[in-house]
Amino acid sequence: MSDVNQAQTKAQRKADKKAQRASESRGKKWSRRGFITTSVVGGGALLIGVGIRPGDRTDKLAKLVTRADESLLTTWVKLAPDNTVTAIIPHGEMGQGVHTALSAMLAEEMEADWDTMEIMEAPAEKAYANHILAREFLVDSGNIPGILMETVNGAFLGITKAINLQITGGSTSVRFTGAMAMQCAGAAAKELLLKAAAKTWDVSVDSLRAQKSYIYHDASGKSAPFAGFAQMAASFTPNLNPKLKARKDYTLMGTSLPRVDIPSKVDGTAMFGMDAQIDGMKYATIKAAPVHGQSIETFDPREAKKMPGVQGVYNMGDYIAVVADGYWQAKQAIEAVEVNFTSSEAGALDQAGVFAQYSKAIDNSKRKTIHKSGDSAATLSKAADVISTEYTVPFLAHACMEPMNATAWVRGGKCDLWTGTQNPLGTRAEAAKAAGLKLGDVTLHTAYMGGGFGRRSITDYAVQAVMVSKEADVPVKLIWSREETTQQDHYRPAVTNRLSAVLGDDGMPTTWNSIFVHKLDPKEASVTPYNIPNQMIEYVESPMHIRFGPWRSVDHTQHGFFIESFIDELAHKAGQDPYEYRRKLLAGKPRFLAVLDAAAKAGNWGAPLPKGQARGISIVESFMTIAAQVVTVDVSGDIPRAVHVACAADAGMAVNPDGFKAQMESGIIYGLTAALYGEISLEDGAVTQSNFHDYEMVRMDNAPEIDVVILQSDARLGGAGEPGTPPIAPAFANAVFAATGKRVRNLPIGDLSVYKSGAVGN
Amino acid sequence: MVQLRINGQVKTVDIDPDTPLLWAIREQLGLTGTKFGCGASLCGACTVHVDGAAIRSCVTALGDVDGGEITTIEGIAAPDGTLHAVQKAWIKHQVPQCGYCQSGQIMSATALLSENPNPSDADIESFMAGNICRCGMYSRIKAAIKTAAKEV
Repeated sequence: MSDVNQAQTKAQRKADKKAQRASESRGKKWSRRGFITTSVVGGGALLIGVGIRPGDRTDKLAKLVTRADESLLTTWVKLAPDNTVTAIIPHGEMGQGVHTALSAMLAEEMEADWDTMEIMEAPAEKAYANHILAREFLVDSGNIPGILMETVNGAFLGITKAINLQITGGSTSVRFTGAMAMQCAGAAAKELLLKAAAKTWDVSVDSLRAQKSYIYHDASGKSAPFAGFAQMAASFTPNLNPKLKARKDYTLMGTSLPRVDIPSKVDGTAMFGMDAQIDGMKYATIKAAPVHGQSIETFDPREAKKMPGVQGVYNMGDYIAVVADGYWQAKQAIEAVEVNFTSSEAGALDQAGVFAQYSKAIDNSKRKTIHKSGDSAATLSKAADVISTEYTVPFLAHACMEPMNATAWVRGGKCDLWTGTQNPLGTRAEAAKAAGLKLGDVTLHTAYMGGGFGRRSITDYAVQAVMVSKEADVPVKLIWSREETTQQDHYRPAVTNRLSAVLGDDGMPTTWNSIFVHKLDPKEASVTPYNIPNQMIEYVESPMHIRFGPWRSVDHTQHGFFIESFIDELAHKAGQDPYEYRRKLLAGKPRFLAVLDAAAKAGNWGAPLPKGQARGISIVESFMTIAAQVVTVDVSGDIPRAVHVACAADAGMAVNPDGFKAQMESGIIYGLTAALYGEISLEDGAVTQSNFHDYEMVRMDNAPEIDVVILQSDARLGGAGEPGTPPIAPAFANAVFAATGKRVRNLPIGDLSVYKSGAVGN
Repeated sequence: MVQLRINGQVKTVDIDPDTPLLWAIREQLGLTGTKFGCGASLCGACTVHVDGAAIRSCVTALGDVDGGEITTIEGIAAPDGTLHAVQKAWIKHQVPQCGYCQSGQIMSATALLSENPNPSDADIESFMAGNICRCGMYSRIKAAIKTAAKEV
């Protein structure tokens, strides 16, 4: 058996074991009797840099995450008397493989035995707040994930609130928690243990080495498990700046470890929020005001109350709730409730009105500058030929496979809450507020998320479960229908972007002007990576009643499409190959060039194709990862079909290469769905789409083959969950242009007939 | 009262026969591996077998199952716990991400292989098109089905 196979088999056994343990502990956690003793481990959120600060909250945290006979070394590490190391992971699992990657990062630096390491989700405590995330925001480093827009109060981010965030999102898990917390924690833990061993054995620290949870003194032949030094180690102050390993010395990071959550996801035992089971639990569903911001004016619950199994029908202000013995009964009953909602100006808005409002805002509203270089106004006014155009993209829903849900039990001055969330602390804080309780009286039990994509960073569904449980005075599992999940989302904003450019004699752009509405985050999303001397990037505000939220890769989804489509237009205008054109504009940026070249090579750029097929290319940096894609499309059918996608990406390094590859594949399909079909539109102020028949997804029969090339560089670790999404829509649209001569400037692409007939585009 | 034959056992549920099978499985029998996704036979997350055929339990009335043998994700491993070849292939190819759709995907895949042990790419694509994976793991699902086909 080869080493590789041996490693795989071993890792598989470990994953099985781990999954079994996880499943057992989850089983306990979810029982009514169990959560009283284990609820303190129920949360899950992000903490960086806090626990390893000297004199910090380690003592306080020790009470939360250890039993009497265990020592808490740092916030992210727990060591038991049987020498089992537990990685305390402050992130929710939504399929991104975070539990696997982060535990490996900890084990790498700690020299812990990953095969016997256990994984525990951190409690939803403020001490686990994401400090680095907040600090990066405060210093405005430009690397802050858009997911930070929503805070515990659902308001826009304020500086003080930023400190209190604990969020899984913005592709932060590996690049922040992993790189800055897990690795530091592991290295600090190792230093403490070595120091304790040196003192115990009266030898120098330098004469010791750690390997697989043991410490060795080679000169004397002594060895002992970590656990033997735990008590003493816990009494030392952790080093704030422990020495980290060089990338070349990694043995776990950079290898494809099997994901620990997968075995439970093939046998039905994985516990999602939807699967919470509490004794005496009732089922609830809601019907919220279709026009966001409106509320209930009148309602008649009489018919619904007569229906079988119905326990109560409640007016909750801006939504109706029905509580019944089962979800189906609740769903039948809520459809029998007659309800009238209040009216508002928003109730007259339709989708054409949205874009009309945007155009007006761009024409008249105060412009704010995001980026300025050179003097684009002067070059524009002097230019003989200005290339100007306008792009739009629509609102998008997240369409998580698991409809929004939460289970709450408010009783006797306490609240227990079971749900999948990207934002545990915010959920807990909002739940406390809704229940009229102190934070400490609310226990949050986190579960796997059946998709997050940003949606589950917003707390509305969990807050509703708490309010309905309080109102009905029973434990309640609140389940939104697919229709509510689609129509009560917090949407990726629709955006209009006007772009103009001037080309020099060599065909290369000398000027790039961009003005758009709406802006969320991060602000650098609208700035091109290209060397263009005169640039002006501006935006305007245009408030709207429909709720917005972070959607996988946030503003990069819109601006990746705008920038990479318009640059493609310029290349064609200049009569140059779009790949070579980009290469010229990226001169002096070796990481970009390497990624672009790798994608072009993997996608056979320039090689002949069958009739009806063509290629498109794009490159977008997001969350510190550069990703380029070459898409081959076939336009011989009714809709353009992506036949093949070649994706190259540089995230510094991929901690779990197969997991990274899976994230790219996922991001591509997610973005392709948006490019082909994704459209949430308004009619009379309300979302018209409701379920998968009118909000369609890419399915297996129109999914492309995908090849992913992972590049290594010396760059800091970049994200994985989001960077695969932004390049796909422009690469796809550019390929459609190459195949049909028609430029896609409004997404979704939809039916190909309009492109074939030349009804739109240039 | 409705009697159900499910995963080799006989169970009785006291619920309106018009209720979709999905809710009897999840709420009455506590088998939560079968998922609610759309409630309209559009996504496949609720797929189970009735007499070996894949059906969408969210739109199948309890009363219409009519004594048929129901199999859910909890019932496809061997009695000794040995995973089904499809489940093993799912782990080998590291298919699931969020995992929410995977019970339905696996139930569709096992039904496909029992009626067509050597499916072509086109067979797989057309049979599996009823199951949405929002994490987009289609190429892995396809590869895993091919691996399982060699072992079934």
